[in-house]
Amino acid sequence: MIAQLPILQVIVPLLAAPCCLLVGRSKLLWFFALLASAMTFVISLVLLQQVQESGTIHYSLGGWSAPFGIEYRIDLLNAYLLLIVSSITSIILLTAHASITAELNENKHKLFYVVFLLCLAGMLGIIATGDAFNLFVFLEISALSSYTLIALGQKRQALTAAFRYLLVGTLGASFILIGIGLMYMVTGTLNMFDLSERLPQVEESRTVVTAFSFLILGVCLKLALFPLHWWLPNAYAYAPSVVSALLAATATKVAIYILLRFIFTVFGGEFSFTTLPLQEILSVLGIAGVLTASVMAIYQQNVKQLFAYSSVAQIAYMMLALAMNSTNGLIATLLHLFNHALMKGALFLALAGVMYRLGSVELTQFAGLGKRMPWTMAAIVIGGLSLIGLPLTVGFISKWYLLRAALENGWWPLAIFILLGSLLAVVYVWRIVETAYFSPAKAGHNQIKEAPLRLLLPTWILVLANLYFGCDASFTIAVTELTAQALLGGAP
Amino acid sequence: MNFFELFNYWVVMLLMMTGLYILIAHGNFVKKIIGLSIFQTSLYIFYISMAKVTGAIAPIIQQGVELYSNPLPHVLILTAIVVGISTTALALALVIRIKQAYGTIEEDEIQAMDEEP
Repeated sequence: MIAQLPILQVIVPLLAAPCCLLVGRSKLLWFFALLASAMTFVISLVLLQQVQESGTIHYSLGGWSAPFGIEYRIDLLNAYLLLIVSSITSIILLTAHASITAELNENKHKLFYVVFLLCLAGMLGIIATGDAFNLFVFLEISALSSYTLIALGQKRQALTAAFRYLLVGTLGASFILIGIGLMYMVTGTLNMFDLSERLPQVEESRTVVTAFSFLILGVCLKLALFPLHWWLPNAYAYAPSVVSALLAATATKVAIYILLRFIFTVFGGEFSFTTLPLQEILSVLGIAGVLTASVMAIYQQNVKQLFAYSSVAQIAYMMLALAMNSTNGLIATLLHLFNHALMKGALFLALAGVMYRLGSVELTQFAGLGKRMPWTMAAIVIGGLSLIGLPLTVGFISKWYLLRAALENGWWPLAIFILLGSLLAVVYVWRIVETAYFSPAKAGHNQIKEAPLRLLLPTWILVLANLYFGCDASFTIAVTELTAQALLGGAP
Repeated sequence: MNFFELFNYWVVMLLMMTGLYILIAHGNFVKKIIGLSIFQTSLYIFYISMAKVTGAIAPIIQQGVELYSNPLPHVLILTAIVVGISTTALALALVIRIKQAYGTIEEDEIQAMDEEP
């Protein structure tokens, strides 16, 4: 049983998805989906512990040994990401029943859980697999299901947002497929570890450089790196609240994992940073992304859209940290992967609470909510402080490492830009706080009550995690330090 | 390098750019899907051309034949075709829903309708 864990991680949600169709009532469905995702969470915990104890786990699918068969390979990076995705998804799913009862028609509930689990299976598959083509297939599974999830949104803008995301997502995935094809042409293998051994022998060839460029471009489309981010804000804003939380907290993390895997493991850090001016490209786009997206966030009237733009900015921070190409920089990227998932998970779940009571997340509706929904608003405030990077929250830890890495590289101006980005975050978080606490309540809002416990509890689990990992980051730092060293050392 | 030696790849590039151009330039959502499909089709040709071995036959074991084409890209592209079909199907389904919700599938008109308060 233990030996089968890497595949069970993917198989459980994949099989649970069609089984949902057999379950009748909405509440039962919810329990069932929750059970499946809780199982993936437990599995990922065991996997992480095993990897920490005994190193990389290899699993040959169907008994065909690599490089001929598909290999699942779980090293520290995979285990860490699996843990992030499965834990956050499970917590988000806790709120699903209450939230979708308010936002979706009864007849769509079944579909929602089916697609939600498929999306989870896709994301876990991307992380678990060690085969480049398999990665593409899982990428499409998770992408197709997330288009469907977005299209479930109440407003008609959800449909156009889903359609635009579909066009961009497919384009990105196709670019990745071209990259994989070109790599296969020169090396004759699809196994990522095998690729990393064979690529150095053909490093000079132009095909490899082309493959690398296609891959990077494809992944950057997927992870919404500024200026390729225009599909993201609407997709997050008009999707059902649970889906926004899922996408904001996990989907982009998975795309960043793909980028890390290809840059550092498959092609090797040395090749990646010398063939293309990756350092310049990523750092310039990173700074531009942080500043533009933060300024855009300030001007949004829809709070979901505001946080969506802030997500674009946070992704840009991760890219900036990646561009440093140093141990501390990588640690900052990896820390921020986890920390951003916690912040955005908490914020979007709190917004799900607002949506539940008000049916809208326009900023004007927030007036006076500080008194009406004190716990939900407190969650937004703490989440916001974490976005800004105040000490005692997780945001501080990742910003701290980012600054340290910038100063180590001697990039002084960059440190100033990072601080400027934080200041902009103060502005957009303050706008919400000001409306919620200092504006008089709207006339019709006297009846508004606190969000139900079913929504509050999961939100506060994430909020407390924000504070806990902000005070005691020894677990995350220990894991990310080892991972960063492994990635830079070239050891898979 | 001979032009005809790389003929397939020229076709791939031509189709790919045609698809991409349609995808970007046209405002009609169905035409965008057509562009996307052409783009994806070029990828299928790319993978199949890659599998070709000069002087080899289809990879079915026969007596007296030693040289076979590489069957792996064929298998891979079968999967990619399935993915492509599901993407197109989903996109068309979305277009039907968009038509029902907006009454049009032209990007400009939809954008104008969304910007109205």
